[in-house]
Amino acid sequence: MENIEARVKKIVAEQLGVNEAEVKIDSSFVDDLGADSLDTVELVMALEEEFECEIPDEEAEKITTVQQAVDYVTAHLNK
Amino acid sequence: MSLQGKVALVTGASRGIGAAIADTLAAAGAKVIGTATSESGAAAIGERLAQWGGVGMVLNVGEEGAIDALIDTIGKEHGDVAILVNNAGITRDGLLMRMKDEDWDAIMDTNLKSVFKASKAVLRSMMKARVGRIINIASVVGVMGNAGQTNYAAAKAGIIGFTKSMAREVGSRGITVNCVAPGFIDTDMTRALPEAQREMLVGQIALGRLGDAQDIADAVLFLASDKAAYITGQTLHVNGGMLMP
Repeated sequence: MENIEARVKKIVAEQLGVNEAEVKIDSSFVDDLGADSLDTVELVMALEEEFECEIPDEEAEKITTVQQAVDYVTAHLNK
Repeated sequence: MSLQGKVALVTGASRGIGAAIADTLAAAGAKVIGTATSESGAAAIGERLAQWGGVGMVLNVGEEGAIDALIDTIGKEHGDVAILVNNAGITRDGLLMRMKDEDWDAIMDTNLKSVFKASKAVLRSMMKARVGRIINIASVVGVMGNAGQTNYAAAKAGIIGFTKSMAREVGSRGITVNCVAPGFIDTDMTRALPEAQREMLVGQIALGRLGDAQDIADAVLFLASDKAAYITGQTLHVNGGMLMP
């Protein structure tokens, strides 16, 4: 299995229309990658699909960086 | 204006304006799901729409979880909703001095909250598809007001504000959100009015007659079609010149 970080970065790049090389582990979706609020909602939807999980709204709001997305997915995939 | 291959959901499709909308979209090629509040109503819609491959389903918009469940079922059985027509509505008329909380709440739940719920439920798939049409049936009363309908007018005006805000939120994803505001249309709802009031209302209509449910359905068909791709956040008034906002 491809590692989680690489899969998250790929989705972020696709969703936000940026080059994958620009997506760093500490990149903030809004501040660094130019996402607006609707982009971040769509990003969470895409993560839910990729990792076949459901991310509750109150958790989704806290995911604002690549690292946070990786952490969330890692924590919830291992359950 | 072809809607070939598109799935359209029309709430409150048993009779009146909703029935005309459902039939018109179906005749234009859409796969229409029309909803009614009862099993028998849904069955009747199904029979009517069968000639175009449409179906009737039960939806009680006030019931918790009902809309989400319906959208889910439609997605699985027929495909994602591409056109949503929020038409279901009721009246609980009365002077404000005598209006009960229940009369207010019933109108808000059925006429306004249902628009929020259904629009939200179809949004995920529309955002992914990067295209979608949401058409909300408002009313001339929501713009001009009407004595005895504070609750109904508030809900209909609410729909118009909702429509404008949602249009701004999702426009970048190719989804358009518009209202059609019917004037005085010849339906069961308006037939319930006293004769004197009907005559007085007709006197205010430039075209000098009541509207037909088909007049509304045709406006909805236009907004649902590709021809209306650059129209969003608008309220299309179909009222025979009763009000010219």
